[in-house]
Amino acid sequence: MNLLILILAPLITALAVLMMRNNNLVRWTALLGSSVQLILSLVLYNVFNQARLNGQTSQFLFEQDIPLFKSWHIHLHLGVDGISVAMILLTAFVVIAGVLMSWKVEKMTKEFFFLLLLLSLGAYGFFISLDLFILFFFLEVAVIPKYLLIGIWGSGKKEASANKLALMLMAGSALVLLGLLGLYMSGGKTFDLLKLSQIHLPLITQQICFPLLFVGFGIFTALFPFHTWVPDGHSSAPTAGSMFLAGISMKLGGYGCLRVATYLMPEGAHEYANIVIILSTIAIFYGAFATMMQTDLKYINAYSSVSHCGFVLLGIGMLTKVAIVGAVMQMVSHGLMTALFFAVIGMIYERTHTRQVNEMGGLLKVMPFTISILFIVGFCSLGLPGLSGFVAEMTIFMGSWEHPDMFHRIATILACMSIVVTAVYILRAIGKTAMGPLKQEYSDLKDATWNEKSAAIILMVGILAIGLAPFWLNELVSPGAEIIMQKISASTISTK
Amino acid sequence: MNDFFILMKPELMIALIIFILLFIKLGSGFLNINLIKVIQILLLINFISGFFMNAEGQLFNDMYSTNELVVLQKNILNLGVLLLSLIFTEWFTKCEHMPEFFILILSALMGMFFLISSGNLLMFYLSLELATIPVAALANFHLDKKVSSEAAMKMILSSAFSSGIFLFGISLFYGATGSLNFVSISGLLDQSPLQLMSFAFMFTGFAFKMSIVPFHLWTADVYQGAPIPVTSFLSVISKGAIAFVFVSTLYKFFQSYSSLWYSMVMVLSIVTMIIGNLFALRQENIKRFLAFSSIAQVGFILVGLSSNSIQGATSVIYFVLIYVFSNLAAFGVAGLISFFTEKENISDYKGFYQNNPFLTWIFALALFSLAGIPPTAGFFGKLFLLSSGAQNGTYLFIGIAAINMIISLYYYLRIIRAMFMDKNENPISKLELQTTTKIGLIICGIGIIVTGLFGQVYDYIQHLVN
Repeated sequence: MNLLILILAPLITALAVLMMRNNNLVRWTALLGSSVQLILSLVLYNVFNQARLNGQTSQFLFEQDIPLFKSWHIHLHLGVDGISVAMILLTAFVVIAGVLMSWKVEKMTKEFFFLLLLLSLGAYGFFISLDLFILFFFLEVAVIPKYLLIGIWGSGKKEASANKLALMLMAGSALVLLGLLGLYMSGGKTFDLLKLSQIHLPLITQQICFPLLFVGFGIFTALFPFHTWVPDGHSSAPTAGSMFLAGISMKLGGYGCLRVATYLMPEGAHEYANIVIILSTIAIFYGAFATMMQTDLKYINAYSSVSHCGFVLLGIGMLTKVAIVGAVMQMVSHGLMTALFFAVIGMIYERTHTRQVNEMGGLLKVMPFTISILFIVGFCSLGLPGLSGFVAEMTIFMGSWEHPDMFHRIATILACMSIVVTAVYILRAIGKTAMGPLKQEYSDLKDATWNEKSAAIILMVGILAIGLAPFWLNELVSPGAEIIMQKISASTISTK
Repeated sequence: MNDFFILMKPELMIALIIFILLFIKLGSGFLNINLIKVIQILLLINFISGFFMNAEGQLFNDMYSTNELVVLQKNILNLGVLLLSLIFTEWFTKCEHMPEFFILILSALMGMFFLISSGNLLMFYLSLELATIPVAALANFHLDKKVSSEAAMKMILSSAFSSGIFLFGISLFYGATGSLNFVSISGLLDQSPLQLMSFAFMFTGFAFKMSIVPFHLWTADVYQGAPIPVTSFLSVISKGAIAFVFVSTLYKFFQSYSSLWYSMVMVLSIVTMIIGNLFALRQENIKRFLAFSSIAQVGFILVGLSSNSIQGATSVIYFVLIYVFSNLAAFGVAGLISFFTEKENISDYKGFYQNNPFLTWIFALALFSLAGIPPTAGFFGKLFLLSSGAQNGTYLFIGIAAINMIISLYYYLRIIRAMFMDKNENPISKLELQTTTKIGLIICGIGIIVTGLFGQVYDYIQHLVN
């Protein structure tokens, strides 16, 4: 399969959207384009599995290498392994759901969908590139659409949030850039991931570049204490914007931390693993407790995203195979779950015009479909077995329990305990929204429309597919994690 | 003799156009033609002719030398002037003394061509003057406006001052080495105090022209007071030419001083970036804003220049090419707004998108390119400047540059925010643009996208530098 299609499909759709004059046509084109993306990603998954079954064992499949800047040895080097396929699947699901959820955008419709598609283009490009320069390019491509989406179509103090987001993410990319330049200079003048992974980078380089890259990517995925853009950005963004931000864009950071920072610099990862674990445990706890204090549904989900993304970084910091598989699963699971959560919040907000939990009540009676989805997604968030959240978090805990020493045990136990806190805030928020007496002014609200229903169902399918049958995702991700682990354990042997 | 025509083709073409314009001016009483169209066509022919029949060689006892790289640099400048004439069509049509305007601008351009080609200090000085004095006259082109005269005065005084310093440097060099020829001078460099002093003087003279901090004080006032086509010319073409000269002189003739000018360039670069950025943060007037932002951009050019490698030279030339597209587009839109509505404050741009989506997108693209955000070419340009700078291993320096990129993003986003997000009761109404203006802006927009995504451009420049 030619991976370039994954970049070209959103690009062509985005350009086609720009050409359209009629708003309805714009919507349908965007939907068509995102369905094509979904189909492509499913085909990719299928073809990838077939290839693996047929015994293709190379680390990355469907590789392509097009020279771009010869003088800098920059190539458009594409390829996927299981981890990237999982992330591409996630992206495709969230994109189509996001497009469906934005059906009612009337203000500058064309531009809205154009930016959404541009964002998805950045995400696809990021996940399939094996050249760090190209990877960085796509990472930054996704920043400006976010800024404009929040700033133009957002609500509340949107300009300030948009500015904060853009500047913090750019600061993250500046750190990434410095780290990449460090790798380039000491790694034999190449940005190629595969070539760099075969070189043993000098220890001093790893000591300097690992924190640069990990923190740089970490800002994208709400690494404590650089998470402050998350609540503001998510709560000010339009529904699809929040879905994309939390569902896709935060995962870019996690993927980068794993694929670039940890994989290329295993010794650096060992050295800083404890700090990563401490920071992510703080993020898990801090996020959970901060959520308890929130009354705005979007803020609740945004802070809980900080907490959940902490699990991703915790899994990476644990440096065991199971934990890394868990981290990737958590990325996929959280992406689907949080996108669905934001979608439901968007549906509720559109009807009640408030996001304050205290002002709602009894909505289950008038909007059975929407609120049932809210229940399911809430349970997924607090880790109910049978849904994706449980699978992912459980895997991370199992992976981290492999470390016998006190420090890791305590971190694991603390992280486990946060689930209790999660249960408290989720159940409280859902209970207040769904149960109790129905307010007069909400008595004639309509339930979800066809587009909202289909968006929710698409994401639900993803959540259930992971929750009920986690083995397919596990099998998809494990070989990739195995290779990363091999490099990490090889480095421990060499340092000892 | 044939050599003479082929080697000096760019300059001769410009001289020819100047003559044609002079005749047109003479006959303007009884000629009734659309003058701006004629000029645009002439400039287009000039630009296209730059790609054919190019040769390498020296003339006049090595006073004038040219090669493929020099021709490319001249083509970039030609392109800039062509785009300038396209984008400001409206302004030119209203302009009373259009032929004179172009005669002056082309004379300055010719000066820059000689500057890039010169192999002799005297020639160098003469062409520098030719490139400066017409611009000072141009700055005064709004004859009825006081600020314009003030700008011209500031410009002529500061450039006279810098030329004086420069000339002093040259004379010291002559005293120290007994030669004015670059090649022979570069063989005689021995880091004696006298030579170092004359080098520093020469460098200062250039720093003035390129408005490197602390020699930037004239920039903002002149940019604000001068008519906006002149401002664009100053900030894009004039700066580009000096950047080219910097590359060729520092990298070729003063190579043996590289350890010396490396630290000089580095310090100046840091100061220029920081001061330019910090001042740009607070500007309300768009012309002053762009003035300070272009000072900051010069700081980035110096980052690449400091690397003293083939990559450094390439990335500077590449960046200038991108800078021509992006800055001309930015100045173009700002100039159109100021021409139609006399509004020059950033707060006037609120809600600009409502009535002028095309101009807003072009402006946004240009600003993103200046800020270095993909997929615009500015991203690649800046990244290569930083990567070349990093080759010396001074990561702190690159780190400071990266921080400055973030600061600059903040103020570029201010304009984006005003245009797209801020609400305004009566935003600027739709501007009726002429086709040529649109063509000019579209070329800039395409240039901003294409120059970056197609790596061949960079590789081609590197091939020539080699």
